[in-house]
Amino acid sequence: MYYLDLLMIGLVWGCTYAMMALGLTLVYGLLRILHVAQATVFTLGAYAGLLVANATGSLALAFVAAIVSSCVVGVLIYRWVYEPVLDKPPFVPLVASIGLLIAMEDGFRLIFGPYGLSFTSNPWFATMVGFGGIQINLVQAVLVITAVVSIGVLGWVASSTRLGVGLRATVTDPAMAESFGVNRVQVRTATFLVASALAGVSGLLVGMLNNLVEPGMGGLIAYKGLAIIVLGGLGSVSGTLLASVLFGLIESFGTVMLDQVMDRDAVAFLFMLLMLLIRPQGLLGKGR
Amino acid sequence: MDYYLSVATFAALHIILAVGLNLVMGFCGQVSLGHAAFYGVGAYASAMLSVAGWPFPVAMLGGMLAAGLLGVITGLAALRFREDFLAIATMAIGFIFVGTARKLAWLGGEMGISKIPSPLSKHEYAWLAMAAAVLLIIFSLHVRRSWMGRAFSGVAQDEVQAQTIGIDIAGYKIAAFFLATASAGFAGGLYAHMTQLIVPDAFGFVVSISILAMVVIGGVGSTLGVATGAVVLTLLPEVFRIINDYKLLVYGGMLLGVMMFSPQGLAGLLSQCVQAMRRRKEAA
Repeated sequence: MYYLDLLMIGLVWGCTYAMMALGLTLVYGLLRILHVAQATVFTLGAYAGLLVANATGSLALAFVAAIVSSCVVGVLIYRWVYEPVLDKPPFVPLVASIGLLIAMEDGFRLIFGPYGLSFTSNPWFATMVGFGGIQINLVQAVLVITAVVSIGVLGWVASSTRLGVGLRATVTDPAMAESFGVNRVQVRTATFLVASALAGVSGLLVGMLNNLVEPGMGGLIAYKGLAIIVLGGLGSVSGTLLASVLFGLIESFGTVMLDQVMDRDAVAFLFMLLMLLIRPQGLLGKGR
Repeated sequence: MDYYLSVATFAALHIILAVGLNLVMGFCGQVSLGHAAFYGVGAYASAMLSVAGWPFPVAMLGGMLAAGLLGVITGLAALRFREDFLAIATMAIGFIFVGTARKLAWLGGEMGISKIPSPLSKHEYAWLAMAAAVLLIIFSLHVRRSWMGRAFSGVAQDEVQAQTIGIDIAGYKIAAFFLATASAGFAGGLYAHMTQLIVPDAFGFVVSISILAMVVIGGVGSTLGVATGAVVLTLLPEVFRIINDYKLLVYGGMLLGVMMFSPQGLAGLLSQCVQAMRRRKEAA
């Protein structure tokens, strides 16, 4: 029973990581940027959702607020921060992204206070659903369903719509795609819209899951998201999904088993390092 | 007086850390997001040796070697992971170090190591730190102009080409990591003995990013620029007390601003000004 619970917790976290890491891997595939500042978008989505939920009492409006605010900020980050430095060496956008994240985390702290905010009413948190003898709360269930549905929809978009074909073409050969009439900036903007919406929604869901939204909630998840896309084989979508679930499970079991030795974050990163030593190109990455 | 001494000591420690990181990042082009871990390993190793009764010089040497050893392992990893992979791998090392130090009972857990014997006076620490910082700056300036420095920049610019003209990439990468991390270990040892108390959080990700900020704001690759960056970022929160409350906001904003407008940092800005003035002189 205990192990089943651990399994569930691991899967829920795996789905959260998957939603974050999917956006990161899309951005990396397109621009070769490690989009650390995605954490800002995640935290912003959580705050926007929480404020709207507490003001109106409507969860639907909260999700709308989370998606809209994170999309706007995500696209602005692309336009204002990444677009001007794309031709610079790779450390430039990376450091700019880290700088933005650190500054924004401190900004959230100054505006909303260091201790975080809670939902005045969090109905999904209190509702339990059971299946097959396991009890989980509705937030966890919604998180898993959202992750599965959004990844499924994205997979369909990528494989069978014009936008998806344009995206895949731009990833493979930007110059060739452009000469066939794919608008590069449009594709990039669309990618940031999708990545940011996913981050904002998962931010709000994680906020509901912990019943706490705090300034630093995004940082670690984004760092782990980066570890996940590296482990998955940079740019490989299926590798990223596999690595996300593995990460969630390793964390949830490893934390319990190695409690005397290291904390949860160390377990996850150690796992990543060990896997990379065995497969430096990542789980499903192509050899270079 | 004590206050100025401690600020000067910290400025010197930061110079050691930043100039050390610049050896790897500026000269060899290997981004490290976990430099504070080596600082921490040096601090923990030397503190434990001191607590176990070994004399101060042995403890310092032990700290340097422990950090350098981990650095060599990281260098070996850098042979397998390139660029983005390496940045994330070094970040991972930082998190693993802090996460392990927090939980392992024999490393003191969250409480860290306290009652570390302190053999020197505050003045002596300050002089020792400043002497080490100056030595490292001289060494770094010299390396830049030596055969080793040229090999380093070959590794940074084009590994494949460097290899074809017979540069031992593996050896130079590992050497750069050893030098950088051993000097961070020295700084860690000094810090541990001076404060007599170390906790895991003093070597976390934020510290790594602060060191990175010193390098980047000073100017990646320029030894004197990086040293200036370290001093400026140490003094800034001290001079403007109000910044202390918004330290991360300022650091983050500066990182972002420098990357957006002058990726070569203060040093780059200065050399641009000098060039512009020269051109104006020539035109006149």
